Amino acid sequence: MNEARKEFIKGIRAEIPILIGVFPFGLIYGALAVNAGLKTIEAQAMSVLVFAGSAQFITAQLVGMGTPALVMVLTIAVVNLRHMLYSASLAPYLKDVSLKWKVLLSYLLTDEAYAPSILHYEEGGALDFKHWFLLGAGIGLWTDWQISTAIGVFLGAALPANLSLDFALPLTFIAMIVPTMKKFPTIAAASSAGVVALFAHPLPYKLGLIVAALVGIAVGMALEGRKSAEATR
Amino acid sequence: MNDIWLTMLLGGLITFGMRFSLIYLFGKFEIPEALRRALHYIPPAVFSAIIFPELFLSDGALNLSLANAKLLAGLLAIVVAWFSRNTLLTILLGMAALFLLQSL
Repeated sequence: MNEARKEFIKGIRAEIPILIGVFPFGLIYGALAVNAGLKTIEAQAMSVLVFAGSAQFITAQLVGMGTPALVMVLTIAVVNLRHMLYSASLAPYLKDVSLKWKVLLSYLLTDEAYAPSILHYEEGGALDFKHWFLLGAGIGLWTDWQISTAIGVFLGAALPANLSLDFALPLTFIAMIVPTMKKFPTIAAASSAGVVALFAHPLPYKLGLIVAALVGIAVGMALEGRKSAEATR
Repeated sequence: MNDIWLTMLLGGLITFGMRFSLIYLFGKFEIPEALRRALHYIPPAVFSAIIFPELFLSDGALNLSLANAKLLAGLLAIVVAWFSRNTLLTILLGMAALFLLQSL
């Protein structure tokens, strides 16, 4: 077995535990997307075109609320900004691969493919074939996400619409962020964004969401800045 | 082309662009410190901005009464999420609570 193939398989292996955790999310996404009013083909196409879990959940929610395209695109951009961090963090390890590889690996660069890859890269060792590791992790996740979306779409279409299933979306977000509420600036960012969202709700084009998110981010950064200023004093 | 396809195409392109940006520009550009810090607060801010109206508003008006089933189910889900740190459990118990409260 050559080195490239070995790295590829290592990448898939490292991804397997994550795949198990992601699968139910794909199911829920697919089911909710069709419940929110997306057509089957649209729900599946989003998993291919956007390929980013939380952004897809939010977009499904926004489609259900009749949000204009521009606000949805802005929201996707804000929610996915963190991918720039992953891009920066992996860049030194991928600087010598061809442009085609860079394009392919960038398309596959999700939270879940990044996590095992950066750990693997930071271990060091021969780096010549390490892009194959990210390819393995990325393709593993991509396949998992497409299949789970498809099954979710199928199940979601079969469920009656009056089950309040759309409530699973905010519940999903609660499950994702509540465990991260550890430091005061994070808690303050979340609560201020939430409260502003209540008052900004009547704004047109669902702009309240963007306003609230920006306020929350500003509050978090201001409090963090004050804390670190105190620490250096 | 309708809004959904436009959103998915543009949203997908932007997402790809952000993933590709620094892998492509490596060495030519550094993420400013302020942006790096801002990134950390995006998930709590955006998610809360979606969660709060879902729980606290009924038909656009603040509803803090005990008859607000979504608020009660959501608060339960927050407690479950905090103690269990288990996503599926949080969703399942939250949905179960909503169904139960709505059928009362």
